[in-house]
Amino acid sequence: MSAMKAEEKAPVRLFWLQSGGCGGCSLSLLGAEAPDLVTVLEAANIEVLWHPSLSVSSGAEVIDLMERISDGSEPLDILCLEGSVMRGPNGTGKFHIMAGTDRPVMDWVEALAKKSRYVIAVGSCAAFGGITAAGSNEVDACGLSYDGRKPGGLLGADFRSAAGLPVINVAGCPIHPGWLTETLHQIAAGRFTTRDIDEWERPLSYTMHLVHHGCARNEFYEFKASAERLCDLGCMMENLGCKGTQARADCNMRAWNGAGSCLDGNYPCINCTAPGFEEPGHGFTETPKISGIPVGLPTDMPKAWFVALASLSKAATPKRLKENAVADHFRQPPVDKQKKR
Amino acid sequence: MSRLIVGPFNRVEGDLEVKLDIQDGAVRQAQVVSPLYRGFERILTGKAPFDALVYAPRICGICSVSQSVAAAKALSAAMGLGMPANGERAVSLIHATENVADHLTHFYLFFMPDFAREVYASESWYEDARDRFTAIKGTAAQDMLPARAQFMHVLGLLAGKWPHTLTVQPGGSTRSVAAGEVARLAAILAAFRRFLERHLYGDRLERIAGLSSADELAAWAEEKPAISSDFRRFLQYAQELDLAALGPSTGRYMSFGAYGTESSPLFGRGLYVNGAPGELDPQQITEDLSHAWYAASDGPLAPFEGATQPDAERSEAYSWCKAPRLSGDVVEVGALARQLVDGHPLIRDLVAASGGNVFTRVVARVLEIAMVVIAMEQWANELVPEQPFIAHGQLPETGEGVGLTEAARGSLGHWLRIEKGRIANYQIIAPTTWNFSPRDENGVPGALEQALAGAPVRPGETEPVAVQHIVRSFDPCLVCTVH
Repeated sequence: MSAMKAEEKAPVRLFWLQSGGCGGCSLSLLGAEAPDLVTVLEAANIEVLWHPSLSVSSGAEVIDLMERISDGSEPLDILCLEGSVMRGPNGTGKFHIMAGTDRPVMDWVEALAKKSRYVIAVGSCAAFGGITAAGSNEVDACGLSYDGRKPGGLLGADFRSAAGLPVINVAGCPIHPGWLTETLHQIAAGRFTTRDIDEWERPLSYTMHLVHHGCARNEFYEFKASAERLCDLGCMMENLGCKGTQARADCNMRAWNGAGSCLDGNYPCINCTAPGFEEPGHGFTETPKISGIPVGLPTDMPKAWFVALASLSKAATPKRLKENAVADHFRQPPVDKQKKR
Repeated sequence: MSRLIVGPFNRVEGDLEVKLDIQDGAVRQAQVVSPLYRGFERILTGKAPFDALVYAPRICGICSVSQSVAAAKALSAAMGLGMPANGERAVSLIHATENVADHLTHFYLFFMPDFAREVYASESWYEDARDRFTAIKGTAAQDMLPARAQFMHVLGLLAGKWPHTLTVQPGGSTRSVAAGEVARLAAILAAFRRFLERHLYGDRLERIAGLSSADELAAWAEEKPAISSDFRRFLQYAQELDLAALGPSTGRYMSFGAYGTESSPLFGRGLYVNGAPGELDPQQITEDLSHAWYAASDGPLAPFEGATQPDAERSEAYSWCKAPRLSGDVVEVGALARQLVDGHPLIRDLVAASGGNVFTRVVARVLEIAMVVIAMEQWANELVPEQPFIAHGQLPETGEGVGLTEAARGSLGHWLRIEKGRIANYQIIAPTTWNFSPRDENGVPGALEQALAGAPVRPGETEPVAVQHIVRSFDPCLVCTVH
């Protein structure tokens, strides 16, 4: 009986636009696993009206669909924008004119967002401006409801979609497929509310955590056994710019591409889910320090305690960790007191 | 004469518009418009050189690793830094995974769905094509997506994640691999081989890679019914629709060479011009700005002297894409060019018979999947755990470097100049910049613009299906094109 009911339910209709980005969030999404993307969308009862890389229709058919959505004759449940909003030059939006329309993409985004029940910014570009806003942001790239850390963006800080929610910022560069598919699933089931988002309107389902959680280097962190070169196994916070103890995401709790994370790839977390990550103010793989102490300490830890604990734990670092921390492969296995190797 | 504007042009990477002048049921001339400008070259200027490894891959979500490889090569050239053998193999594996996955994505998700269009409803194979290749809903996507995702575990293991990894560095890979992980790599590749042999080819990879002439390919296709594999299906459609007659190439091809070492790459560097191989001199590369929305330059510029100063109001311009030329000529890049330059006998024979076109571009891509996966199995087998995967070095305060490599869709180059320890100039020429360039100062159209001339347009067509096939046969990446 319940199975029949699910079949009868009208599909949740999704439209996807791309603008000032790299398309990497869509490509990451294609790697969705257990189950795959097609199955996930089916399970969530989502009908993709149009996605630039997946759908069959091109040209006039798509423009017609966008026009019908903007004039209200075609209902839309979810609008996804991937990539930054391109406002330049001089507010004209000419850095991205929608192909076939002579109209800036930012106008289309605004028109469709006004009609959609939910609006999702897919990736840090669409959420905050992201990489496209790096440097002096000559192209005037911004997010849907933020211009970097500043509320506003294309739609304004007060924007609420027809369902009464602000823009949902599935930030990340790129997104993990699960961050989006789970959000879509919750929306389609009618279970996504303002309680499910954090202070930057990112889904708490993944920003409840720090990248630090589940990091395979935690033992090195505990003993402040630090990596010195990109390839070393030790903790990358002290010397290599790792922001895992501040960055909000569950990257080390769910596998990327079945097996990895940035940290598992032996390179630091660059906090890509945060607004402004594209301009850290220092080299991405360097840790800025003041008198030898890293500036960016874990977000909610008193500094004096951190320093005290760090010096204590450094004094207690086992030889095994000291040696492995500065090696590119594990040299010393853990010791079993009952039996020597 | 009438004008058609086709766009947004989907199932390509990024946004694209094509303007067609139509006369007597055929395209008379075409203008290819890349409508998005982001300005990566300007973002990179003034940054610390190593930060290019964070920014450059984010030019493109589908050629991300290729961008990393080109940036790392430009940096290593400036540093005078070599790479340990493990590093070469690991970087080749990472790069090959992206390129093979891109070929697969192109074939199954971008190119083949066009054969499920209504316009082919009267063809004998239509029902099968519709069941198999309809966008999103077809059985092929359902078979391919899980296989692709599982294949990408190579990148989870070797690169942390995809896209946008930082493992690829000037001196190799940050990620060393342990003995157990070498075994895992072998298992992932074996699973992927099984998918390819069962679904894409219906035959052993070695058999496909070893096909050496047009006759052998035709005989191979005849061995089993077309519905026995997706490649055979394509060969049937190609023959019945005469795809070899669509989208003729200019006959000049270029490849920067890919994988392995600079001195002995898997696929060699060079040219292939009007049926003859030739040497490539990268010094002969220039970019022409005459029809692009940038401040005018004093003639075409070599990349080291290149400038990127956007000017959206320039009247004679119609694209954000610059027009790269080699010795002033248009060249085509991509899997077809790569295999012509490297001398694969099947591809050279096919091109001798019918030239570069929609058919030969797709065959070269499908062939390359088999060739590269065989090479990947070997590289994985040659990894030596406990030996170094990376060399470290110092950046010079002043210097320059060029990074040339091959993305799935063709030749990618980065030209880097460092002054006072910062990036003084960074110029990028991407594969689709070559293929989808606008006209140059002599009014010569780019490779796609030339390939579109003469394309048939059926009565009443607003999105001519022949144009769809031709555009997608290049596997364009528009986000790379303009960057």
